[in-house]
Amino acid sequence: MRNNDVRPVRTQWGKWSSAFVAALALAVSALPQAHAAGEEYFPLQSYRVGPYAAGGSGFFGGFIDYLQLINARDGGVNGVKLVWKECETEYVVEKGVECYERLKTGGPDGAPTAATNPLSVGIAYATLDRSTADKIPLITINHGRTDSTDGAVFPYVFPLQLNPYSEVSAIVNYIGQRSGGLAALKGKKIVVLYHGSPYGRETIPVVDLLAKKYGFDVTQIEVPHPGNEQGSQWLKIHQINPDWVILRGWGVMNPVAIKTAQKVGYPVDHIIGNIWSNSEEDVRPAGDAAKGFISITTHPSGADYPVLQAINQYVVKPGNGNLKDPARFGTVYYNLGVVNGILNVEAVRVAQRKFGNKPLTGEQVRWGFEHLDLDDARLKQLGALGLVQPLKLTCADHEGGGAVRFQQWDGQKWNVISNWVQADRALLRPIIEKSALSYAKEKGITPRDCSKDL
Amino acid sequence: MELTRTLAEPRRLNPRQIAVPLASALVAFAGVPLVANDYWLNAILVPFLVLAVAGLGLNFVTGYAGQLSLGSAAFMSIGAYATYNLLVRVPALPLPLDLLLGGLASAAAGVLFGLPSLRIKGFYLIVSTLAAQFFVVWLFTRVAWFSNYDTSGVLSAPQLAIGHWRIDTPVSRYLFVLGVATLLFAFGASLVRSELGRRWMAVRDMEAAARVIGIPVGRSKLLAFALSSFVLGIAGALWAFAYLGTIEPDGFNLNLSFQVLFIIIIGGMGSIPGNFLGAAFIVLLPILLSNAAGALAHAGIGADQVQNLQKIVFGTLIIVFLIKEPEGLARLVQIVRQRRPKAS
Repeated sequence: MRNNDVRPVRTQWGKWSSAFVAALALAVSALPQAHAAGEEYFPLQSYRVGPYAAGGSGFFGGFIDYLQLINARDGGVNGVKLVWKECETEYVVEKGVECYERLKTGGPDGAPTAATNPLSVGIAYATLDRSTADKIPLITINHGRTDSTDGAVFPYVFPLQLNPYSEVSAIVNYIGQRSGGLAALKGKKIVVLYHGSPYGRETIPVVDLLAKKYGFDVTQIEVPHPGNEQGSQWLKIHQINPDWVILRGWGVMNPVAIKTAQKVGYPVDHIIGNIWSNSEEDVRPAGDAAKGFISITTHPSGADYPVLQAINQYVVKPGNGNLKDPARFGTVYYNLGVVNGILNVEAVRVAQRKFGNKPLTGEQVRWGFEHLDLDDARLKQLGALGLVQPLKLTCADHEGGGAVRFQQWDGQKWNVISNWVQADRALLRPIIEKSALSYAKEKGITPRDCSKDL
Repeated sequence: MELTRTLAEPRRLNPRQIAVPLASALVAFAGVPLVANDYWLNAILVPFLVLAVAGLGLNFVTGYAGQLSLGSAAFMSIGAYATYNLLVRVPALPLPLDLLLGGLASAAAGVLFGLPSLRIKGFYLIVSTLAAQFFVVWLFTRVAWFSNYDTSGVLSAPQLAIGHWRIDTPVSRYLFVLGVATLLFAFGASLVRSELGRRWMAVRDMEAAARVIGIPVGRSKLLAFALSSFVLGIAGALWAFAYLGTIEPDGFNLNLSFQVLFIIIIGGMGSIPGNFLGAAFIVLLPILLSNAAGALAHAGIGADQVQNLQKIVFGTLIIVFLIKEPEGLARLVQIVRQRRPKAS
């Protein structure tokens, strides 16, 4: 009897302790191993909950999976393993700042920090000064502060591939192509529907400038964050009845825009989504209403690229994939994460050529970013030809590419419908330089002399 | 006047009441910068202090004068934008004066949006302050002048300096915020013990009675709004420049107003030290949970689930605390203190 009384208690304890041991074993086994050649550390200010979770989980999933691929297949970058830590920001600026401060020097075993990739304009703005002071590159791929393209004033900030000005310029060029030449833009009516955030407002002045240059009428309409109600905005668009609508959305705002367009009877194939309105997650919730929707992309979706096949083989199949829903493999956000991974890792590789095959500081990786030079041959080696555009960065130019392709949603998948369309970067450069200079003046920064800085 | 004067009879301070704040000030000014690292200074202590100051501001109007307000973030943003424009457009002015004028601008707005309190109270007043919240965000988004014609409407903090002391390192930012917070708390503590503070409490406890004994109710209310917004405005400027380093209109949204309101509800309405307790609860606890959750990441729980779990834990803790002690953490501390001598 006595034994019977005691036993249940014991088994309870046994259960708990074995669970504890199991958890401990898991924790230990999950810790990064093998410190032979050292490690390079990436702090990840990720977001997997909140209104923009689809973007965050896809992007950081792709990024992490690429880092895993490099570790699993190549044993790191020239023997230097890649490690990372995550901190949830929910796309909220304060949390992003807290995460930045928490993670910035938190590399395991003192692994130096390579770069931060917050994927949020608000957080990027808030950590810009900190990144410069801490000498850690701040990567804002396809977004960010436009004038940070000028590396002379912003040595630590990299709006890789496509800054917001280039983005709208490329869209206007495409509309020109579709209308039969840029001259035909005269008198056309274009509406820009933008997200009510720093990201959305970033392009207001440059759109006005392009409108003046090409002689089209433009109306810019703001949708308050997060954008799940757009009745009045689309009613206004209905009244204007423009030739084209440029959608600069983000997250839930995109499907709502497409659905509301259908409600007011605006043709969806005359809406052009920008770089953050171009994913499967933006069109699928809109259902049939999205059929024919056009958007730009720097990184087509699809899982056929050799680099994605390699990720599938080395990371996803062994069960280490970061995505919770395997169906999202090869989608737009995921592929952008992979592209971002490629660019970060290549920057480390370039920097290693100069500083040696060892863990590098943020300052050294910054040099790597600034000397990034990806041509078609190198992209082919990486298995990313067609996924990443040729990219060459310099001290003065932290963007590098400035080209986009256009894709159309057929209800099931995106089909690429154009070749690379180049932004008018020569036109934009003086505006960027002017803005960067006024920033430098306000902050008391002396711009670097890029002709001497190698 | 006679009556109010007797109400305001100064309390006699015992030595412990002076020694404790002095000792804690010494620790805060000298001890903390020596031991704390960048993360603690930048990401924990600075926002904690700023939100404690914001709590103090809201406590004047809500905790002491009994006027409900949901516009704290609006007044914070007015202070921040006013200070920014003074810093940029009138560089000759010293930083402390910029802060002071920023606070005064916010105080003026506070009086304006406090005017309805002369006629309406309680939940109806919330609507009026809520209007302030939305109006201010709209105004700063629409009128580009306020953001110095910045393209995206995001302002980055100009360089801060008082004389030759440049405020650009974590330690200097912390000391600057701590200095301002100390001054404001000293001001607040003496204010609520002054005649005005007693008047506020009289208005809060029973407006009709206060009116009968000759307290100028309307003026007291408006002064409460003014002083509250003054402190909130300075808190906003600190939040923007000493903490985040940027301001944008949406950064001061309703969410922040709620946060400040929760600080005083959880810390204790009508309590000065309660602001610190509330701010600690609101700022430190989520960070603590999130740090603790970092350890769980290795145990096979997804990062997104951990985040949702944190929210559940945080929400539960709020409910538990409020059921246990509806008058806030300050009251809880008081009870513990009163019991201690008896036990020993």
